[in-house]
Amino acid sequence: MILGVSIYEILTVTTLLFFIGIYGFITRKNLISILLSVELILNAVAINFVVINKYLYPDMLQGVYFSVFIIAVAAAETALAISIIINLYRLVTSVEVKATETMKF
Amino acid sequence: MDFTYTILIPLIPLAVFLILGINALKIKENVAGIVGVAGLLTSTILSYYTAFQYFFKVGKVDGVYQTFVEQTRWMNFTDTLHIDMGVLIDPISVMMLVVVSTISLMVHLYSRGYMHGDQGFTRFFAYLSLFSFSMYGLVLATNLFQIYIFWELVGVSSFLLIGYYYTKPSAVAASKKAFIVTRFADFGFLMGILMIGYYTGTFDFMSLNNPTALQDLTSPIMQHAGITFMGFSVITTALVLIFVGGAGKSAMFPLHIWLPDAMEGPTPVSALIHAATMVVAGVYLVARLFPMFYFVEGGIALEVVAYVGGFSSLIAAVIALTQHDIKRVLAFSTMSQIGYMMMALGISGYGDVEGLGFTASMFHLFTHAMFKALLFLGAGSVIHAVHSNVLQDMGGLRKYMPITNITFLIAALAIAGVPPFAGFFSKDEILAAAYESNQLLFWVEWVVAGLTAFYMFRLYFGIFWGKDTVYKHAPHESPLSMTLPLMFLAVISAIAGFVPFSQFISPDLVGYTTHIHMNIAAMSVGVGVLGIAIAWIMYKKESDIADRVSSAFGFLYQWTFKKFYIDELYLFITREIIFKRIAQPFAWFDKKVVDGTMNLIGNSTVDASKKIKGLQSGKVQDYAFAFVSGVVIIVMVFIYFMN
Repeated sequence: MILGVSIYEILTVTTLLFFIGIYGFITRKNLISILLSVELILNAVAINFVVINKYLYPDMLQGVYFSVFIIAVAAAETALAISIIINLYRLVTSVEVKATETMKF
Repeated sequence: MDFTYTILIPLIPLAVFLILGINALKIKENVAGIVGVAGLLTSTILSYYTAFQYFFKVGKVDGVYQTFVEQTRWMNFTDTLHIDMGVLIDPISVMMLVVVSTISLMVHLYSRGYMHGDQGFTRFFAYLSLFSFSMYGLVLATNLFQIYIFWELVGVSSFLLIGYYYTKPSAVAASKKAFIVTRFADFGFLMGILMIGYYTGTFDFMSLNNPTALQDLTSPIMQHAGITFMGFSVITTALVLIFVGGAGKSAMFPLHIWLPDAMEGPTPVSALIHAATMVVAGVYLVARLFPMFYFVEGGIALEVVAYVGGFSSLIAAVIALTQHDIKRVLAFSTMSQIGYMMMALGISGYGDVEGLGFTASMFHLFTHAMFKALLFLGAGSVIHAVHSNVLQDMGGLRKYMPITNITFLIAALAIAGVPPFAGFFSKDEILAAAYESNQLLFWVEWVVAGLTAFYMFRLYFGIFWGKDTVYKHAPHESPLSMTLPLMFLAVISAIAGFVPFSQFISPDLVGYTTHIHMNIAAMSVGVGVLGIAIAWIMYKKESDIADRVSSAFGFLYQWTFKKFYIDELYLFITREIIFKRIAQPFAWFDKKVVDGTMNLIGNSTVDASKKIKGLQSGKVQDYAFAFVSGVVIIVMVFIYFMN
């Protein structure tokens, strides 16, 4: 419970954060930027967990733990994604999405 | 007496066929010849032993020949309707065993000389063994279905052997023609078998050929005989259809067109299959079902047999007068003689001397097999020496080939019906039987007897006398392996007539005594001698009488020379009517409408997928966009409807 700040304001912020992430994921041309957008989405979700836990069940900690999980998974995922991107760069000397259009008919 | 061992008679040639057929490329000529002959010799000895046992030891009980059946059930349909496999031993099957064995053995021996040095020697012997197996199986069949199976097998071996020289287009065409025509006829046979099976409830010869059951309209096999189809009882119709199959195999008009062309095969094959054994399968079939033919509806089906046989024998004899190819003359002669046999069956009665036609038919089958095989083998010997089939290329060969000359003369005398050779006796019985029951057919056959004597001696004088042709290579007598069968068959052709056939073979299995019918014998010998005399005048010395006679007949001569244009008629019907008017519209419908529908469905699927495949761009972001849009839309829909 944060004084003077209602749950709606915080949820508005995390929703904005989430959709900014989605927007970035869809529109960015650079794979690194896309990775950053994914991080934004994950963070929005992590904040949601913490906030909803805090406001609805103040005496429980599951939400907090879940966000810790998410941070750990996000770290692993980032490491993996960076390594993929580096390998891709070696292959096509580019990190642009356009250069990786091979997943089609 | 247990006749189970007779199953070996067909099985030994089958084993030989498998051995030679599988190793056709490895086995040398000598080995193949010895294996083939040895296999058949074993079957022949067994056949003779069976004949001896049956006719002289155990066959007769109280003056009636018994029928021995050894069979095993193969397919079960109902209590009475089942397909069996086995052997049936009765007078005509034993007689056929002897005929098939004798001719087949002689042809095997002869082929060792005739086919010597041929590339496909082993293959040839394998086919011969296959044929012998099938023919034995056909003869020993215990029921309609078994006979049908072997019937098709002899058809296949005939096809293989006619097309033996498969690099020769005419041989290939002839083999196809023979197979298609006989197959077409066998369709009738199959329909007949199925009708018999459906209405009588059995395929078994023993149940079908039961005279008391056939005369009793309430018996299990005859209870449906009252049902009519096109004005006849169904059983009669079925019998006529079965006869269609027999007519196809036996080259009866109008299904005879394959037989002359079948002469493209090697000559021993013509002797074995297209003169002595396979082509009489139709006669054998009618004889096998003779009680049915005779008793069902007063023998209407049998009358069809008689008239088809009589007509075929007449037109074949007329065509044989003008042909130049010696094997074709013999082919038409075969057709004519088989017509005789069919006619004799057709006019035969049942019981004691009434059954003379049946006996005579079987007797003629026996003697004809011997002398016609001899004629073909003699012709083969001539062809071997002269390297031509055409009568004009021959002449004066008596000086070069004495043995062939004498044996051929004996066979020609036998077929012309000159006593005391075999043909005289059987022909006399046939004519006597015809005289008793059908005067029209008697006179037809009497004329045919004269024509037969004439064309046969036209052939004989043309080959061995006539002009002294100058040959490029002096012809010489054939080797012993070829002349030995000739001599053996000549002896049989000379003496076989003295066998008292009516003691052994009759429709009701009771032997009876026949005697020579002097009036009829005088008439038939008279017309035969007349034919020989005319041939003597026209062909003994080189003369232009024959040419003048043929030009005097003008278009009639042309007409017969072209075999009455029956082949052309068939071609016209198939090409102009069936192919053009029926098959082509159907082909158009199939191509345009049936295939068109299917192609339309396929093509439109392909087109549609080409149009929409751009959606799959390969960019993850596009997919993510589609996914997110979908989620948003679904969420919006849910929210809208929830409230």
